[in-house]
Amino acid sequence: MIELKGLHKSYITGNNKLHVLKGLDLTIEQGELVSIMGSSGSGKSTLLNVLGILDSYDKGHYKLNNTLMSNLTEKKAAHYRNNMIGFVFQSFNLISFKNAMENVALPLYYQGVSRKKRNKIALEYLDRMGLKNWADHMPNELSGGQKQRVAIARSMISKPKVILADEPTGALDSTTSLEVMDLFREINKEGITIIIVTHEKDISERTNRIIYLKDGIIESEFISPRKISETVGTYRN
Amino acid sequence: MFDIDKWQEIFSTIQKNKLRTFLTGFSVAWGIFMLIVLLGSGKGLENGIHSNFDADAANSIWIFPGQTSKPYKGIQPGKYVRFTNEDYERLKREIDNLERISSRYDIRGNDLISYKNEYGSFGINTVHPDMEFIENSFPIKGRFINNIDIEKSRKVAVIGDLVEEALFKNGKSPIGEYIKIQGIPFKVVGIYSENSNNDGERRRVYIPISTAQMIFDGGNRINNIALSVKDMTIDESKQFEERLKASFAANHNFDKEDDRAIFIRNNQENIKEFQNAFQGIRLFIWVIGIGTIIAGIVGVSNIMIIVVKERTKEIGIRKAIGATPWSVVSSVLQESILITSFAGYIGLVLGVTLMEIIAKNVPADSMMFKNPEIDMSVAISATILLIISGTFAGYIPARRAAKIKPVVALRDE
Ligand SMILES: Nc1ncnc2c1ncn2[C@@H]1O[C@H](COP(=O)(O)OP(=O)(O)O)[C@@H](O)[C@H]1O
Ligand SMILES: [Mg+2]
Repeated sequence: MIELKGLHKSYITGNNKLHVLKGLDLTIEQGELVSIMGSSGSGKSTLLNVLGILDSYDKGHYKLNNTLMSNLTEKKAAHYRNNMIGFVFQSFNLISFKNAMENVALPLYYQGVSRKKRNKIALEYLDRMGLKNWADHMPNELSGGQKQRVAIARSMISKPKVILADEPTGALDSTTSLEVMDLFREINKEGITIIIVTHEKDISERTNRIIYLKDGIIESEFISPRKISETVGTYRN
Repeated sequence: MFDIDKWQEIFSTIQKNKLRTFLTGFSVAWGIFMLIVLLGSGKGLENGIHSNFDADAANSIWIFPGQTSKPYKGIQPGKYVRFTNEDYERLKREIDNLERISSRYDIRGNDLISYKNEYGSFGINTVHPDMEFIENSFPIKGRFINNIDIEKSRKVAVIGDLVEEALFKNGKSPIGEYIKIQGIPFKVVGIYSENSNNDGERRRVYIPISTAQMIFDGGNRINNIALSVKDMTIDESKQFEERLKASFAANHNFDKEDDRAIFIRNNQENIKEFQNAFQGIRLFIWVIGIGTIIAGIVGVSNIMIIVVKERTKEIGIRKAIGATPWSVVSSVLQESILITSFAGYIGLVLGVTLMEIIAKNVPADSMMFKNPEIDMSVAISATILLIISGTFAGYIPARRAAKIKPVVALRDE
């Protein structure tokens, strides 16, 4: 599904060059639920942005669904973002002058789905998020947890292969965070690959595979305790 | 290109960003509004002042006799110059680019004119047929004085439409009726009207000069000569005046440097001077108008730049969920075109409405302001110019915003 080989990425600001990703190798299979951990500044967001084709990389290769993601035209990049990838941000990034339903429906607008049809689909997704009654509310009338659920609905509506979430619970209290994680687990059960960047242990523990990033390379990798207990449980039975 | 869904998306963006829409629209509407008011007022002023000249042909020249003020060949100053039919005939012979000529004899005594029991006092003008074109007194019924009237000294009259109004209260057509001038009946053969602010121009009675000289003891005397010549520049016109003076000086024995012996009123010169003055005013109006438009362009451009900057994050979000750069650029531009066209139209309508209200409230006989007609093609071109510049001003930052990587656009400030 996702294949990184020797991935390098530097930021150049003025005369300074900051080498952030230093030859990453990583493979993620279809349907995995992965978390990426690491201290602040370790390059988690950078990695996720490269995976989401929101940013470019310098060296190595990145294959998404067996297609090499390099030297893409803007149009091609837009196409992949629209059809293959769903993005969830820490700061939600909802469009402030659109209501919840319109925000959720927006990716379908860029697929040329008619207004009526996409609004109907958006309502279904909001319903799944338990937000049907909030469909015509503007983002500033929603709580943080509600906003993030709207953003998740938006990331799902185009039925992407992979959902990338950058600190999706960073702006939420712990109860809401766990609710959001339950949502991700549920979505993952449908076969959608999910990659979550976080620095919170109890968030990463709710994923199946934990990748630690340090100094621009993968320091270590674990199967999460929960996954182990699940597997062991299965074995025992 | 016409994609309902796209327009709906744009409409909803416009609707939900009212202040931004208002600011963009306002600078366009204001620019167009000001331009129209400016051009309309300028035109109104020009028409108003021009209407004071309308009465007579623009190129007419009037010659009046005076009294000498310089001694000449032993003759003391103070001699009255008297014009006769011979002067009229001579000018007709001498001036080779002559267009029209008419002389006039002033009837002494009262100017009371009657029809049956109705009386009124009107200007009696004794004329040659050409006067029709010098005074622009065109018949609306019947005919003007003609050459046969002159030859046969017929007792016929052409009256102004206001004379008809005053005397023919019974509603009868004046043509063929007889009016009395100092008791002598004249048959009405025509009614004329003039496009003039001055009612006096439409309260005249024209009769043949030959008839007047015969009936009212004029002999061969005339009191002035009016003529028009083919178009001349101001310089040519001045030279022509000098030649006229010299001709009269030679035939009436006075010093041609004597500027009180005869008087020449040269409308051509007045009109040309007026036109020159207005060229200046027009230029001034255009300079201000262009300034207004430039201010509008700068306003729209600034706002578009701010709009795009303000929308950078939104553009980043849209790109992250799959918007192509072109869809971003085109929606920014379509939004700008929609707003500027609509605002331009509003400015157009408001400007035209204001000018119409002003036109209605200015007294009809105003000598200063009249028909503030607006050159629509100018107004529309200006609107289009603003739309194009708004589009252009929006295009560059929109394209830049659409090109930047979504991460950069999304970065929290
Ligand atoms: N656009 C950028 N330009 C320059 N430096 C950047 C940019 N984005 C991130 N960085 C730097 O790269 C490093 C990694 O950033 P990031 O991937 O956001 O880390 P994380 O998400 O793990 O906290 C940090 O030191 C950060 O300051
Ligand atoms: Mg980060």
